Formats: sequence, structure tokens, C-alpha cells
Amino acid sequence: MAVMEGDLVRQEAAVLARAIAEGEVSAEEVTRAHLDRIEAVDERVHAFLQVTGDAALETARAVDRKRSEGAHLGPLAGVPIAVKDVLTMRGVPTTCGSRVLEGWRPPYDSAVVERLRAADMVILGKTNMDEFAMGSSTEHSAYGPTHNPWDLDRIPGGSGGGSAAALASFEAPLAIGSDTGGSIRQPAAVTGTVGVKPTYGGVSRYGLIALASSLDQAGPCARTVMDTALLHAAIAGHDARDSTSISAPVPDVVAAAQRGDVRGMKIGLVKELGGDGYQAGVSQRFNEAVEILTSLGAEVVEVSCPNFEYALAAYYLILPSEASSNLARFDGMRYGLRVGDDGQHSVEEVMALTREAGFGAEVKRRIMIGTYALSSGYYDAYYGQAQKVRTLITRDFNAAFEKVDVLISPTAPTTAFKIGDKVDDPIAMYLNDIATIPVNLAGNTAMSLPVGLAPEDGLPVGLQIMAPPMADDRLYLVGSALEEALVDRWGHLLIEEAPAL
Amino acid sequence: MTAITRAEVEHLARLARLQLSADELDHYAGQLDVILQSVARVAEVTADDIPPTSHPIPVENVYREDVARPGLDRAEIAAGAPAWQDDRFRVPRILDEE
Repeated sequence: MAVMEGDLVRQEAAVLARAIAEGEVSAEEVTRAHLDRIEAVDERVHAFLQVTGDAALETARAVDRKRSEGAHLGPLAGVPIAVKDVLTMRGVPTTCGSRVLEGWRPPYDSAVVERLRAADMVILGKTNMDEFAMGSSTEHSAYGPTHNPWDLDRIPGGSGGGSAAALASFEAPLAIGSDTGGSIRQPAAVTGTVGVKPTYGGVSRYGLIALASSLDQAGPCARTVMDTALLHAAIAGHDARDSTSISAPVPDVVAAAQRGDVRGMKIGLVKELGGDGYQAGVSQRFNEAVEILTSLGAEVVEVSCPNFEYALAAYYLILPSEASSNLARFDGMRYGLRVGDDGQHSVEEVMALTREAGFGAEVKRRIMIGTYALSSGYYDAYYGQAQKVRTLITRDFNAAFEKVDVLISPTAPTTAFKIGDKVDDPIAMYLNDIATIPVNLAGNTAMSLPVGLAPEDGLPVGLQIMAPPMADDRLYLVGSALEEALVDRWGHLLIEEAPAL
Repeated sequence: MTAITRAEVEHLARLARLQLSADELDHYAGQLDVILQSVARVAEVTADDIPPTSHPIPVENVYREDVARPGLDRAEIAAGAPAWQDDRFRVPRILDEE
């Protein structure tokens, strides 16, 4: 009855699922506890854009009924989860953080939401994000910023700041994010939580509102490596509705998280992702984690990936190019906002007025950069060159993975910065993703997990583990071993040190 | 790479169907120039013999079984439309005056 003694909202998903399955607590009680927590703290955190309390309680009661009837329950049945507002959910407002989709109720469920429902998980609501996932701070949401539970004046990372903040404020034990250039990993790093970008094609993109189709990937977020693995297993796998979905068995991430062993592994420290430009406390906690990995029996060697230096530039050409094309669908004709439809304006004028009113500053910037990079006369110099850089980055990864099993780096160059500090300085904002972007360009998989607090500001630091495509299990093998060693040292998870709200 | 002018931003905005205000044109002209200058360094590393990568995992001609599946619910789509008339999407006039 251990779970009943503690506060339900502070429990791990795996513990809650077991307690629900064994009847120690009902799914309805667990859901109510989380809805109460959201009610109590979300006014200050603003992790959620939409809370679907009634539907959540209904789902929870259905799980309890199933259990009482003796039906078999899955490993996360009855566990609450928060879903980033980039994923469609039938009948529930899905905005992608944009005014252009305000009030839109999708007529279908995304593949990820379908899987969550099939796993009998309880969806609490939709979380805040930078508009169309463009940003690293959640300040570019049209609905106001999310606040970092460690310090409410600071950003929770982005674009998935809402999902990360929901975890760090104990509003949800699990969350779904999406990662195009670091939008799962960087928020995890600055909120002291865990997040994984699966291999490109590992999780279906059906119903994931597209930012950059060759980079986007939905993935699991949680407070522990094991919980992340359980969620990863629940959402991953082939889906015929996404033509880039990988038709192969999902790596056994749960078994890897259970094993948690780095003995005999070769771990590469990426020379180009560290040093100058990285905050002192970030480098210090990262280096301490490297020592732990060595003491656990891994061999850590330095590896050079010389073309990573150009990853940021290539990314900020490829992403806007794909985004300018993808976001052409928001034209005010079939769904969402329409402005200027007065019987006088033509369809093109209505489109331009709608997009002007419906998109925020960062979205407009990137659409115009993409339009520029794809225009004739500039295509070869910008987009074409960026695609070649992408090849070179993939080659760097391939060469590195011939020598080592995984690569590591700090997840982000700094801890959480103050809200407002970088919001109108695009280049400063883009630099947050310098260590996470190469993985998206190559289609690899990567995890961020907390490795301590920076001494100078007391804020969380994340370590990134990168593995080859379809070797997602290696992330969990390393992450779980490191987490266990850190918890041994601290006596608890890092998130336990987050201030009470 | 040449600097991007206010007139070019205006042209881009027109191509991208964004009815920008005068203030926005001033603001974005400076910002887009800084961004484009910083990303132009992709030109430094590349040689002609490097194949471009458009997609991380090369896949082509992915088919699924040709079987009938239920479509989306018409009433739900109509409810989400900005304007709906006679069981269709209603759109503004498509021809300009000129």
C-alpha cells in the first residue's frame, strides 16, 4: 500500500499503474488527484491550454470498470498523461499554440492519441507550446508563456515547454512531446525531467501537425528513465498512414531500462558540443556525469564530428523551407481562422489577411526565410547547400558510431533563462538547440536526462545521449544506469529538489 | 551574400501570402538579414560531389493495401469550416477585379 501513503501526484507512472492494477487505488482517484493539482498550480505554471477533466474522469472510470470485470490491463492503464497541442485529438480544441487554429476541433485522432487510448491511458488535456513548435522557450505561444516550475520567472524550454512543465510541477506523471530540433530534449534539460526523441519514423506522424516533415518526431516525456521507456513502448511502432513510418520491430526499450548497464560500452564525448559557449555549471555537471559513467565501467573517449559546426545553419534553412511549404495549408479556407471575408476581398486577399492576423512573429520570420531559401536563384546557394551539409553530418555520425556505441554531450548550452531575455533576438534563441539539432538532421535517436543543478544558479542541467537509428534501446541502457548512480548519490530523483509551488 | 532589403521582404511576404504592416516590414528587414547572413555559412563546407540529403531515412514508393476505409465525418468537418454553405466550403471570390 506504499502508493497510498504518499502524494499520488508525486508517484512514478510505473508505480501508479501497478497500484491501479492491484486495486490499491482507483484510476479515478489518481485522475482526480492530478486534476486537483492542475487546478491548484496551473494558473501560475500555465502548462495546459486545455484541460479535459470530464473526459479524463470518464476514461478513468472505464479503466476501473474493466479491472473489476477482470479484463487484462496494459502496463500504463489508468495513468494520466498530458499531450502537446501539436497532436490532433478528435473533438478537443487543437491549436498548435496558434491563433490561426483557435477553437478548431479536429475530426480525427492522431496515431499517438489512438495508441494512448488503446493503452487505456487517461488524457488530462493539451499542453502549451511555441506556435507550430517554432521556438525554444514557449514564449512564442499565442496563448502566453509557460513558466518553469523551478523558477516561475524563467522559461521551461521549447517548443514543448508545456509538457515539460506539467511533469516538473507534478501535474502529470507522463507527457507527449514532439522534437524537430530539440523540442523534447531541451525542455527536459531545463526542467530536470527526461525526454526522448525516438528514431525518425519510430513513432507515427499521422495527426502530428507538421512543422518540418523530414525532422519532426513525437516522443515520450517523464520524470524517470523507466517511465519514459514504458511510454515509448506504448506509442512506437509501424503505422501505414505515415509513409515514413519504419516497418520493423520497436527496440525493446523497457528491457533496456530495466537492465541499465554500461559495463564494456564505448561512449563518445562529442568534442564540438562543449567548451566555449557552454555555461560553467552545465560543463561541470556534465563532466561529473562522465566520471560516473567511467566508474560504472564504460570507456569514454573523445570523438570529433567536425561538420556539427554547420548543423545550426543547415537546420535554419531546411526547417524554414519545409515549414513555409507545410504552413501554406493555413489559408483560412477549410478550417481555422478567416479574416476579411466581407464580400469585397478576393480569396488571395483573405488568405493574406488571415495569415497576417493568425500567425505570430516567429512563424512569419521562418515562413519568409523558407520562402527566400526556396526561391529560384537562391535555392542552390541555400537549401541545396544545406542538404549537402545534412549528408556530411550523417557521415560524421556514421563514422563516430563505428568507434563508439553512443555519443554524449550537454543537452543545452545553458540552464533556463529569464522570460523575455531572448524573445526578439532570433539568433540567440536558435543557439539553445545547438547540441540537439544534429540528431534531427541525421534521423537518429537521443535522450536528455537530468544530471544535477548548476552551482551558480541552482537550475537543472541535462545530459544528452545519442544513438544510431533504431538503437533507441541503447539510450535507456545508458540513461537508466546513470540515473540509478545519481539517485544513489542524491538519495532521491533530482525533481524532488524542485521548489514547492 | 547580399543584404536583404525592405522591398525584398515585401516581395517575400506577398509570395508567402502575409499582409505585413509597414512596421513589420521595417522590423523583419533587419532580422531576416541577420538570420540569412548567419545561415549562409553552409556554403563554406560543401563540394560538388556531396549528394544532398532530403530525408533522413531513404524510403520510396511506399504503398498500402487498396481497401476502402471510412472517411472523416462530414458534420465535424463542416463544424470546423470558417464558412459553410449548401453542404460545401464557401470561399471568397477567386477572381481579382483587374
